[in-house]
Amino acid sequence: MAPDTALLPKPLWLLAELTYRCPLHCAFCYNPVDFARHGEELDTEAWRATISAARELGAAQIGFSGGEPLLRDDLETLVAHARQIGFYTNLITSGIGLNAERIERLKAAGLDHIQVSMQDSTRELNDFLTNTRTFELKRNVARLVKAHGYPMVLNCVLHRFNLPHVAQIIDMALELGADYLELANTQYYGWAMLNRDQLMPTVEQLREAEETVNQYRARIGGRCRILFVVPDYFEQRPKACMSGWGNVFLGVAPDGAALPCHAARSLPGLVLPNVRDVPLRQIWYESDAFNAFRGDGWMREPCRSCDERHADYGGCRCQAYMLTGDAAAADPVCAKSPHHDQIVQAVEFARRPTRDDERPIVFRSKQNSLAL
Amino acid sequence: MNTIVPDAGSGVPLRPRLRGMYRLQWEAAQDAYVLLYPEGMVKLNSSAGEILARCDGVHELDEIIGELERLFSTSELAPDVYRFLDHARLRGWLD
Repeated sequence: MAPDTALLPKPLWLLAELTYRCPLHCAFCYNPVDFARHGEELDTEAWRATISAARELGAAQIGFSGGEPLLRDDLETLVAHARQIGFYTNLITSGIGLNAERIERLKAAGLDHIQVSMQDSTRELNDFLTNTRTFELKRNVARLVKAHGYPMVLNCVLHRFNLPHVAQIIDMALELGADYLELANTQYYGWAMLNRDQLMPTVEQLREAEETVNQYRARIGGRCRILFVVPDYFEQRPKACMSGWGNVFLGVAPDGAALPCHAARSLPGLVLPNVRDVPLRQIWYESDAFNAFRGDGWMREPCRSCDERHADYGGCRCQAYMLTGDAAAADPVCAKSPHHDQIVQAVEFARRPTRDDERPIVFRSKQNSLAL
Repeated sequence: MNTIVPDAGSGVPLRPRLRGMYRLQWEAAQDAYVLLYPEGMVKLNSSAGEILARCDGVHELDEIIGELERLFSTSELAPDVYRFLDHARLRGWLD
């Protein structure tokens, strides 16, 4: 029986992953490890239709992401379309490929905001983690973004290697004129999960970084807002993943697969409907994929009877599957999960005294994607 | 209810205006004004929406208050408007 759509939530946020192609090879990328095996990218017309359909459903925010969205030469066309029908348009980019000419075209298209990723405050670590030489380029792009009057969010993914540089990263954000700095602790999905043991910080590193962030916040006031969220592995309760499955978030992968969660491709047995084949309205309201973990009817113990089930929705389905083999289990980050010891062990393992036996980091690349 | 007397310390600008990165928009799907900003949005209640809709950097506070009093057929809205705009300023919504 089809659910009553009037009672169901509307999507507010469309994440348009325009391409899996990317000039960077970040070790912590959340894209699927098998990205190179997925199908052809949607063409301009299919994206335009998807963007229109999401707006009709009620979405008001759109993120153009990837991979690197600047690799699509129809990015400006899609931004202009989205802006024209009332979306607040966000470009989420590594910055590679953004020059003065392109940024002016995006401005003319009505782009509202640009988020640039920086990997570290030092050239050595930026270039190591991305397996590229892009440090200077990224700084120049950040300056270009500000010079064109855009609000700028700098995003820096944090892990064991750069947590000790948090003060320098904040200094860099201030110097570049960022309006927001997102210090995004690594979430262990995709490539980051492959490299979890190498990237996991110690609890001491995290606490120290948090203290540094608080000192800066007190000092700099409102001129740059710093977001720093303690990673879920170090908490006793899970994150409210996606603010609930099928609740506000609608992702569309480069090949048109509709995603209730960034990492939904990793769930076996979940048939992701494709926007090429199924109208978006039907995908959002009626598909098995979007209804699989909507509400709380799917929950088992300890979630089913938990007082906090409507606050955190049982955590992340993809993380539950990765760590327990059961997507309907409680997210093991929760101390109430019978699998929580895995989290405790992973966190404890980060404090091991020697790393002589450590595997080398696996960088995100097409070659590695096809080999894995 | 105590009246809040606006003074120089309240920090609400004479001609309030939304900061450049914020966009106020009527969303039919939500039957409400929403404030959109980088990667986020706030759904506003009707009075908050009507106040911000007038914060264009041209209208003076007194004019805004007068318009709202006519719109809602009431008087003495000034304290509420000041309180909300002070909140908006602290949230970083205003220039």
